[in-house]
Amino acid sequence: MNHLLRSLAPVTDRGWELLEEEARRQLTAALAGRKLVDFSGPHGWGHSATNLGRTDHVGRLVDGVVARRRRVLALVEPRADFSLSREDLAAADRGAEDPDLEPLARAARQIALSENIAVLHGREDLGMPGITAASPHRPILLSDDMQACPRHVAEAVELLLRGGVGGPYGLALGPDAYTQVIQTTEHGGYPLFQHLRHIVGGPLVWAPGVDGAVVLSLRGGDFLFDCGQDVAIGYDRHDPDAVHLYLVESFSFRVATPEAAVALPPAASHAG
Amino acid sequence: MGTEQYHEPPEELSHDARTFARLCTSLIEEAEAIGWYAQRLALERDGQAAAIMRDAQNEEFKHFSMDLEYLLRRTPRWRTVAQRILFQPGDILEHGEEGEEAVDAAGEGGEPPPPPAIALAPEPESLGIGSLKGSAG
Repeated sequence: MNHLLRSLAPVTDRGWELLEEEARRQLTAALAGRKLVDFSGPHGWGHSATNLGRTDHVGRLVDGVVARRRRVLALVEPRADFSLSREDLAAADRGAEDPDLEPLARAARQIALSENIAVLHGREDLGMPGITAASPHRPILLSDDMQACPRHVAEAVELLLRGGVGGPYGLALGPDAYTQVIQTTEHGGYPLFQHLRHIVGGPLVWAPGVDGAVVLSLRGGDFLFDCGQDVAIGYDRHDPDAVHLYLVESFSFRVATPEAAVALPPAASHAG
Repeated sequence: MGTEQYHEPPEELSHDARTFARLCTSLIEEAEAIGWYAQRLALERDGQAAAIMRDAQNEEFKHFSMDLEYLLRRTPRWRTVAQRILFQPGDILEHGEEGEEAVDAAGEGGEPPPPPAIALAPEPESLGIGSLKGSAG
């Protein structure tokens, strides 16, 4: 048995398959950062920190001996608890088509949201500044007028090119911006989505947790996601009515080339 | 039909080489069957039918694993590579590189580094999502 304690859960093999399938479906749709950055691992639950190759000077230990201390980036362990009805799981084992897995789906979306925010915007308290916070470029405000969107994105690409950051590039779009993009056709009826794909030369990614949009290089080596435990379902406890489970992962994220991305926050959030 | 598993004239092959080829063919067939059952299970909505298919797929897992173990016991170079990759936590590509280096070292007359111990605690059951780079439209 490992740290997930799954064999203690009153969940059948069929039940686990069902839960994993639903979690995978939610996560692959919503994990935006992993569609855009380099991924290393999974290195396992025992992997606690990412090597940064840097040291801090500690000073003299004893006569004739000085020391340095390694600097590492600790992994963070996001965890989202959820509970499922045991009656529903038993029904699924009997072949019921409609078990209520919404609590699991919600937890998966929250895990994806937290990972996206850590990667794309950062969390200072975790020592992970994130892509937009690390970027030295002046943000390009994304106006509500979607007809101006190609100009803003092209401006961001040009900014990267001028800095010597090669493509292809990806475009992470927050849910509001994504909806607006897929609903918009330009003069002449050309879908804005296709136009933006031509400009960046890479994918447009639906990115829950992103404020506005982010243009970043996909050439590799710039944005580094270090995975310890990949997302997994663990067991907490159960009672006669419900089984209490959780989704967990562990990772660190660091930006090797801050200038390889440009933030495009919505103009509305910067008004005033 | 029976000789299609041979790439070279079977009469010119030794008994050992023919056995090796048969087991390789068997390994391929078991892997194909595992993949076919995975596709059927992905679509099957009848719970009992799905349970039978899972049971059948479990059999294929067993057959594949026995074939593989037989072939690894017979092929030290393959075994050297496999020992660095199978049942090891961490990055599979990195382990692949280590396996290649180990077998190269053995081929050049050097001593390959000792294989890592099989992890006592297997890698926890993750959802296997990993990198999604290249998966977005």
